[in-house]
Amino acid sequence: MDYKAVLKELNEKLGVETKTVFLREDEIYLKVNLNDFKTTCLTLHKVLLAPIASLFALDCRKDSGVFEIYCSFASAKCKKWFFVVAEISGDDPKFNSLAKDIYSASLFEREIKEMFGIEPYGNPDTRRLRLHSEICPEIYPLRKDFNKPPARGKAEDYVFNKVEGEGIFEVPVGPVHAGIIGPGHFRFSMAGEPIINLEIRLGFKHRGIEKLFEGKTIPEAINLSECVSGDASFANSLSFCTAIEKIAGITPSENTQMLRAVFLELERLYNHINDMGGIAVDVGFSFPAAFAQIVKENILQLNEKLTGSRYLKNVNSPGEVKITWDKEKAEAAQEALKKIYKDFKEIKEILLSSVSFMDRVDGTGVLKKKTAEDLGVTGVAARASGIAADLRKDFPGIYAKAKFNPVKQEAGDCLARLNMRIAEFEESLRVICDFLGKITPQPQMASNYNIKEGFALGYAEAWRGALTYWVKVNKNGVIERCKITDPSFLNWQALSFCVLGDIIPDFPLCNKSFDLSYSGNDL
Amino acid sequence: MRIIKNRILKGIVTKPLDKSFSLNEGLETTGAELKKIIQEKFSRSLHIREVDTGSCGACESEIISTTNPIYDIQRFGVSFVASPRHADCLLVTGPVSKNMALALKKTYDAMPEPKFVITLGRCALDGGIFKDAYYTEKGVANIIPVAFHIPGCPPKPLDIIKALITFLKAR
Ligand code: SF4
Repeated sequence: MDYKAVLKELNEKLGVETKTVFLREDEIYLKVNLNDFKTTCLTLHKVLLAPIASLFALDCRKDSGVFEIYCSFASAKCKKWFFVVAEISGDDPKFNSLAKDIYSASLFEREIKEMFGIEPYGNPDTRRLRLHSEICPEIYPLRKDFNKPPARGKAEDYVFNKVEGEGIFEVPVGPVHAGIIGPGHFRFSMAGEPIINLEIRLGFKHRGIEKLFEGKTIPEAINLSECVSGDASFANSLSFCTAIEKIAGITPSENTQMLRAVFLELERLYNHINDMGGIAVDVGFSFPAAFAQIVKENILQLNEKLTGSRYLKNVNSPGEVKITWDKEKAEAAQEALKKIYKDFKEIKEILLSSVSFMDRVDGTGVLKKKTAEDLGVTGVAARASGIAADLRKDFPGIYAKAKFNPVKQEAGDCLARLNMRIAEFEESLRVICDFLGKITPQPQMASNYNIKEGFALGYAEAWRGALTYWVKVNKNGVIERCKITDPSFLNWQALSFCVLGDIIPDFPLCNKSFDLSYSGNDL
Repeated sequence: MRIIKNRILKGIVTKPLDKSFSLNEGLETTGAELKKIIQEKFSRSLHIREVDTGSCGACESEIISTTNPIYDIQRFGVSFVASPRHADCLLVTGPVSKNMALALKKTYDAMPEPKFVITLGRCALDGGIFKDAYYTEKGVANIIPVAFHIPGCPPKPLDIIKALITFLKAR
């Protein structure tokens, strides 16, 4: 489908002309009046049948006296990202909330409110996500005139949604958990055994990464992107680098793109096997869990052999990968992967042939397709609930060369998410081996680029789901704004819906079947 | 069930023997040393409680790696416990986000004496890459007393084990 047809339909339905202000091969920016912003977003949402990919603001008051707001949608059919842009007055910043029509907008609006002080008019929930109100006063850190906050603010409690009635009790958990894992607060409302409401409060790991990006040079920013979510550091640096490449107008060679795909898939492999083991741990099935840990360790060691880093840090740079590639490496990888595949098959069989294990995962933590759509869930969790969205297929790039086959499940339960991981593991292995045969040896290349003023969207299908970086570089060649949309940001909500009706002992299992990032969400 | 049983038996016999051990030469000697120290100084076991105060997650992943069957730090007498009340040592990662400062303090206070704190990873030392962020306390030492630091970003599992030895020896 041509994007022009979409624009025509959009304009007809709206009755006003939207103005295309910027066009790139895979990005299109439509500018509208703030009054039309809401209806344009809603109409586009319906025309494209796509969830909101991101909604964010920008402080341009220094140049033009206004804030800007961007709402983005990914369209697989047109192979384009649509951005609706509007200006918000700097004096009395507010806009009409989308949250009542598109539920997934709600979180983004709360984020905009706490970071910029722009009021999403009509959003019923404006509680803060990351700057906890009992710790810190309202400070709006992403405004350009923000100074360091006072040490402590007013004590104002966070109000959890309360379920009332006879026999209802609450179970609070966290922020510090029993395992070696990130912090978050979970509040269960129970009626006897079943969970009837779960509210998740996150933001405990908030450090202020988006602000920290501002003013950084490109190499500094790449290092920082690798520390956004350590178990997806390659996907993060890749998204960031693709944004920079678009701004600088360079295209990496095919060889480089294939190498990157190999590393992105390796990252998926070690995380997926880790989750398969994790799910086994959470039902107390320790043998396959320990086995999976061995496989994970093997993949990490392979990563180190290939790139010098177990977590694939320090590999990406704009246009290039900062490593050499030779035949020995390719052979070593093939060799290791063969063994990994053998072990993986064993684990898979052990898991799927255990009746008591299957009994625990089958039908547990169902995320309905409709719910997943409303929440804008992405990645493995979405595909397990029957939503066929995968950036590797929707915006294939180099993946077209390996004839990538996306996988999908329908049931939406823990078993479906486990099966997704198993199937993706196999497909990723196939893709890696395919690329390993095609990549030609190359020496370490210097990354050669001239950074310009501009903005662009970088994206990658990280192992959890779609990860996007919207980056704006100013005329000094440093970062002006970097908006990170981590898949976990949208997916955490899904967790609180899928546990309803289940019992608390099933919660760790559901949690692990999503395996979301605290640090990527909290930023 | 028979299949599983078979696999389990086979697994135990074959798994630890393959290349993992040749890859980590020195692990056994290092481990034996660690075990000796722990036997002498901690009457056989050292219990660690881990708290993440805003790390990127890679440090956690490496701590978990020390417990996998390849490094298997438990067999040297180190175990990770679920409650601070059971712990001798608090292992902290991350630059301490302002939201976590109180939780960290409370966790520390909940530990019985004698106790000590070890930080792990660049972030925990002085904030590391997040040093200039507006919402961090710039390292664990600004909140609770720290006895030792394990450097790295993230430190590898074997480095963690070695660093533990250096520290415990001196104690
Ligand atoms: S020290 Fe490095 S690896 Fe560890 S949490 Fe900090 S950024 Fe991540």
